[in-house]
Amino acid sequence: MTAAPPPVTAGGTKPMLAVRGVKTFYGNIMALKGVDVDVHRGEIVTLIGSNGAGKSTLMMTIFGQPRAREGQIVYDGRDITKMPTHEIAQLKIAQSPEGRRIFPRMTVFENLQMGASVDGFGHFDEDLLKVFDLFPRLKERINQRGGTLSGGEQQMLAIGRALMSRPRLLMLDEPSLGLAPLIVKQIFDAIRELNRAEGLTVFLVEQNAFHALKLAHRGYVLVNGLVTMTGAGRELLERPEVRAAYLEGGKH
Amino acid sequence: MAVQLAETAPPPAKASPSSSVMAHAFKDAVITGLIALGLFTPLIGFETVIIDGALGLDYRPGTLAVMVGIIFVGRLLLNLTVWSPNRKPSVRSGPTIFDRAGTTIGPAVKPLLLAFAVGFPFIAAFAMGGMNESRYLIDLGILILTYVMLGWGLNIVVGLAGLLDLGYVAFYAVGAYTYALLATSAPINDFFAGFLGETFWANWAFWICLPMAGVFAGMWGMMLGFPVLRLRGDYLAIVTLAFGEIIRLVLINWVDFTGGGAGIASIPRATFFGVPFTAGENGFAALFGLQFNPMHRIIFLYFVILALALITAFATVRLRRLPVGRAWEALREDEIACRSLGINTTNVKLSAFATGAMFGGFAGCFFAVRAGFVSPESFTFDISAMILAIVVLGGMGSQIGVAVAAAVMIGGMEMLRNLGFLNQIFGGDFDPSLYRMLIFGFAMVAIMVWKPRGLVSTRAPTIFLKERKAVSGDHVKEGHG
Repeated sequence: MTAAPPPVTAGGTKPMLAVRGVKTFYGNIMALKGVDVDVHRGEIVTLIGSNGAGKSTLMMTIFGQPRAREGQIVYDGRDITKMPTHEIAQLKIAQSPEGRRIFPRMTVFENLQMGASVDGFGHFDEDLLKVFDLFPRLKERINQRGGTLSGGEQQMLAIGRALMSRPRLLMLDEPSLGLAPLIVKQIFDAIRELNRAEGLTVFLVEQNAFHALKLAHRGYVLVNGLVTMTGAGRELLERPEVRAAYLEGGKH
Repeated sequence: MAVQLAETAPPPAKASPSSSVMAHAFKDAVITGLIALGLFTPLIGFETVIIDGALGLDYRPGTLAVMVGIIFVGRLLLNLTVWSPNRKPSVRSGPTIFDRAGTTIGPAVKPLLLAFAVGFPFIAAFAMGGMNESRYLIDLGILILTYVMLGWGLNIVVGLAGLLDLGYVAFYAVGAYTYALLATSAPINDFFAGFLGETFWANWAFWICLPMAGVFAGMWGMMLGFPVLRLRGDYLAIVTLAFGEIIRLVLINWVDFTGGGAGIASIPRATFFGVPFTAGENGFAALFGLQFNPMHRIIFLYFVILALALITAFATVRLRRLPVGRAWEALREDEIACRSLGINTTNVKLSAFATGAMFGGFAGCFFAVRAGFVSPESFTFDISAMILAIVVLGGMGSQIGVAVAAAVMIGGMEMLRNLGFLNQIFGGDFDPSLYRMLIFGFAMVAIMVWKPRGLVSTRAPTIFLKERKAVSGDHVKEGHG
């Protein structure tokens, strides 16, 4: 771990993002059955879980799409449960959605420009240089169309695009999806660097439990729409249940 | 059949002997010929004729044999050439010759086309040996430019924002009826007659109604936009199709207001900014010391629609570089990603609908002033389909492609009317104009086979570092990361 994790129980300091008893439905099916998650300033928080546990649903619910039917989501002291998605984004929460979702026919430059549209273009050049520092590959590909990039480059672009809005909270949905281990390491190193150097708060949803928990200050385990375990990243990594379910191919 | 099986199988290590290929090809062609015979015997072999007032049958074995023969020979030739298993599959990578031609000669094409468009009436008059003789060509030019403008307007909605709109003709109709109703309105005429003179409204109606037609059409675009905000793709297409038809049915059935199917006639003509094109001493010709000629008005109309089309193109190019235009394109690429970047997709969609509709309204207003008569008959689904075909064939999002496609589609259709020389080949009974839709259909299929993304499929980036690079559209699948 790169930094000492903040206390798990927020003694006095209010969490930056607080999810309280959130229930989300798809039609009649309850996907989230009352989830509580806290993200404190400067933390990397990882949410792990198997397929269909509701990880991405939680991420999308925080962003207001789909909306939570019950419960409350508070960001920076503001209730954002019922806010429209684009207004939530204007509160400096950036999201790199699942499956990267870059704009395939637009160039890398244009993709990054789209990311800056919330923030305005006041710091555009400065932020662009920062993204290029983090991912030099993007600089080489600047005039290339997004759709012609490799998977790893597209993921870099998706994160870079999210960073262009100068977020205070960065939410990443499965950044390691479909990438080679070496690229996954690059991406995770970049996330760690962002957190260490700039104190960026990161909320990470991952299937790749080992890397994600190693990186995180704290972690949550989501099973069937409910948080079953929480603790410091390393601590969770050592729990036999977690090892069995997510790291050793499910022996139990 | 055997040949097709061979095609799907992995390529043989050694080329199969040509005799067996020949045999397969022949067998396949015979089977195809038999199917054709079965199909064409009732379709072509018999002809219903009236014999003594009763319906009788005539037999046409000769025609039948020719048709089956064409099918047989054609299939055989295709089997031996294009579908032959010995034929090496062509591997293409990188931009095609067309794409490269597009980037190298592209910059020169635009000014040349523009110069041609500006000089067209004079070229036409010179070539035909007089203004009056060039009337047909200039009318055709006006028609093509109207479709260029409509294509560019729809391009904003379909090409840039990726919202499939099958009811674009509705906005064209709104623009046309806005002008027709306001210009022929007696109360408005009386109102202005009171303090600005009897002829004020007749002379200025077009110039006052033109912006209003755009505004009204844009408002209708918004009204259509609201209920369909949540729809995409096929569903959106169906609703917009219905919208186009609803507007037409309202125009037909609301007889008190729109004149119903009879339409609105004697709409005031266009004026040269208040100066009418008449033979009198207050007319355009007298004012500029020219001899009166009705063609002055036609040529003026040509320049009006040219200017309107150029405004559409210019506005689109400018908008693409603004955040709203980029948001349109991003919306076409990925709506969810747009939302997660904090873009208000509601506003983006509505603005695309409204902007596209506005240009449709301008074009409609122009249509009304040119024709002097509007009726619901002019705003059928055919027009929507034609405009959409122009946008798709031209290459979605490409300005120059849409312009070329409009010229080819509209001009080509007209040219196919003039195939009289074919009579000398096929005899006097042959009516070539009957076949123009068939030829037209073949041409469209051909374009879609060879250029599936339209004539101009490269998308020019709105912004770039150091050098502009065009990447062939073939490399990037639409809508997929």
